[in-house]
Amino acid sequence: MLRYMVKKLLSLAVSLVVASAVIFLALEVVPGDPAANMLGINAQEETLAALREELGLDRGPVARYADWVGGMLVGDFGTSYTYRTPVSEMIADRVVVSLPLALYALALSTLVAIPAGIWAAARRGSGVDLGVMGLTQLGVAIPNFWFAMLMVLIFAINLRWFSAGGFAGWDAGVGPAMHSLTLPAVALALPQAAILTRVMRSALLDTLGEDFIRTARAKGLTRGQTLWRHALRNALIPVLTIIGLQFSFLIAGAIIIENVFFLPGLGRLVFQAISARDLIVVESVVMLLVFAVIMVNFVVDLTYAAVDPRLRRSR
Amino acid sequence: MKPKTTTTGLASVLALIAGMGAAQAQGDLVIGMQLEPPHLDPTSAAAGAIDQVTYANIFEGLTRFGPDGSVNPGLAESWDISDDGRIYTFHLHEGVTFHDGTALDAGDVKFSLDRARGEDSTNAQKGLFAGIETVEVVDPLTVRVTLAQPDGSFLFNMAWGDAVIVAPESVDQLKTNPVGTGAFRFADWAQGDRIDIVRNEDYWGTPAGLESATFKFISDPTAAFAAMMAEDIDAFSGFPAPENLPQFDADPRFKVLVGSTEGETILSTNNAQPPFDDVKVRKAMAHAIDRQAIIDGAMFGYGTPIGTHFAPHHPDYVDLTGQSAHDPELARSLLAEAGYPDGFTTTLKLPPPSYARRGGEIIAAQLREVGIETEITNLEWAQWLEQVFRGKDFGLTIVSHTEPMDIGIYADPDYYFQYDNPAFTELMTDLQGESEPEARSEMLRKAQRIIAEDYVNGYLFQLASLSVAKTGVQGLWKNAPTQAIDLTGVSWAD
Repeated sequence: MLRYMVKKLLSLAVSLVVASAVIFLALEVVPGDPAANMLGINAQEETLAALREELGLDRGPVARYADWVGGMLVGDFGTSYTYRTPVSEMIADRVVVSLPLALYALALSTLVAIPAGIWAAARRGSGVDLGVMGLTQLGVAIPNFWFAMLMVLIFAINLRWFSAGGFAGWDAGVGPAMHSLTLPAVALALPQAAILTRVMRSALLDTLGEDFIRTARAKGLTRGQTLWRHALRNALIPVLTIIGLQFSFLIAGAIIIENVFFLPGLGRLVFQAISARDLIVVESVVMLLVFAVIMVNFVVDLTYAAVDPRLRRSR
Repeated sequence: MKPKTTTTGLASVLALIAGMGAAQAQGDLVIGMQLEPPHLDPTSAAAGAIDQVTYANIFEGLTRFGPDGSVNPGLAESWDISDDGRIYTFHLHEGVTFHDGTALDAGDVKFSLDRARGEDSTNAQKGLFAGIETVEVVDPLTVRVTLAQPDGSFLFNMAWGDAVIVAPESVDQLKTNPVGTGAFRFADWAQGDRIDIVRNEDYWGTPAGLESATFKFISDPTAAFAAMMAEDIDAFSGFPAPENLPQFDADPRFKVLVGSTEGETILSTNNAQPPFDDVKVRKAMAHAIDRQAIIDGAMFGYGTPIGTHFAPHHPDYVDLTGQSAHDPELARSLLAEAGYPDGFTTTLKLPPPSYARRGGEIIAAQLREVGIETEITNLEWAQWLEQVFRGKDFGLTIVSHTEPMDIGIYADPDYYFQYDNPAFTELMTDLQGESEPEARSEMLRKAQRIIAEDYVNGYLFQLASLSVAKTGVQGLWKNAPTQAIDLTGVSWAD
């Protein structure tokens, strides 16, 4: 187990170093001068030079990269070019929207998908199975921003159960805050739930076809007992992988949904920062997202080991 | 026990739902806008969103724009101009205080103007202050500004958001905690979401009609529509989905305000790049363009056709649209005369706004009619600034010049469209030295005619200012003479 963890940790560190270099280089070659973008079309050359100096943009790329990475190692993400506030504060402000939203959506999709997948697998070929599969087909096919707009039309404009967007803020209390995250979470969860249901069903069906299941049945266990005691546990590995991937996607990929519901989350921050050429914010947020994704994968790897003892010993 | 829980739960849900709708106390206004300001210091960035939030509401200048674009007294209640037009003596209002309690005096004015024109200034409109030679404090309520040369537009320049008066005590925190003299004070900024301002109870002038106001940032056009329809917000300034305006117009809950902006939307042409260095080619393009088709197709009918670089609502505007009327036949023969009987191919670089992206497709089709092929490239603003504006690497582009009274850009041969006409430059120099209103008007009319006759750019339309508000909201500006959402005169009808 220890060797397994050390190995995983090493690959984690290498991934982070490579990612930071790639992110920095990618943004170096993006055209557009942050200072010119901030000062607009009537700016004078000397004004631009003064601003570049103020932002530290007059120094070479190597010095700026070293500063950035060095800062991050001690928890300093730098100061935003445009907002002029510490990037770490900005990220903290946005994470309290994006993270709960991702967890909310993940909880919804998992709570729906796992029972639905098990149910469909247990009643393979029945009307239930066909119905669930049909719905998941639809869930995968519907773009989530369109589904979001449809929900806004029904629940915000016509029924007035929810506001059309925006975030009430945690200061307003957990109730109102969760209330304002509900429609976005449902919109995000829909395609995820559809995919997860299909994965759950097919993983379970694969396992149910294995020899050891036949053995268990031969020993006299009922269909239900083999399913719950033997098949489910073995079918969980692919499901966990997908949940891990989905969680990363939910944190990093909510840009469109955050725009539809004008939520002040990380996705919207990156979006704004890219168009404003606020490179330090883009770099730091993307780095953080990379870190989150790598960490989630690391945790998923550890969970494999917990679920499957073979992984603990052999590697 | 159980029924009780259910009832309480239901009641709280209902209260929650009711709370959403009734959140607007009548002293409060929630107003949507598309772009979030990067920070709140109007004296050190070009972003229009900064002015939208802060202009007149939080910060004030010596003079200020009225809703019709006129220049009115601001912090200066009056001024004297010396006979040679070089010395402006401003008399400040008495008893004006900044939001932090410090008093406004002539020293603050001197500080603000000197800061804006100083060596390490990061003012985006530093040019506004270039003519100032000295700023002197005469007494605590009197400031004397001496210009190097007489400048007829000096009072106009001082009304810009970039020329507001700030105090040395608070200047370092303006970006995140703006301290001005306006009728509202800054309260809170939830980044990515909203900015709250509250009424300044110690305001020196007429107090604001609203107790508080919230600027809510909604960039997506569909989301803007939904937020308005769901009555989450009370108004939206610069509504981004013109296609939905008829729907609001027909709904008794809302009203639509259609006005004018200072944005001349033009098919900007690289006058230094062949074949555009030939006036016949530019003239041919002007006749190839059907303005009304662009206004209808790209702006859903909102916008006023223009034939020169000047705002149609300005008293000195001359309607020159007839000079470049839609006439593809004429355009083709002009092209043939210029030596391009089979047309030519050029680049059309489009910045993000919908007037450019949608308008670009329509213009490309209209130019193709007369044989001009365009290669369309979509650019982000940062790329547009670098490639087109600074790099001058373009054939054609579409952009709205939103600065008020900016015909002077044609006097600079280095400006990105590179129009070089010494006669025009001279006219602009003369205009600057002229302060007699009648003579100035005559010069401005002449200037409009010169650039129209030279077909410098394709003049398309004046960008409309589109706002939606609940019926009870009164006092919102219909026109946008500067990028401001002035809430000082806004209130709810009883």
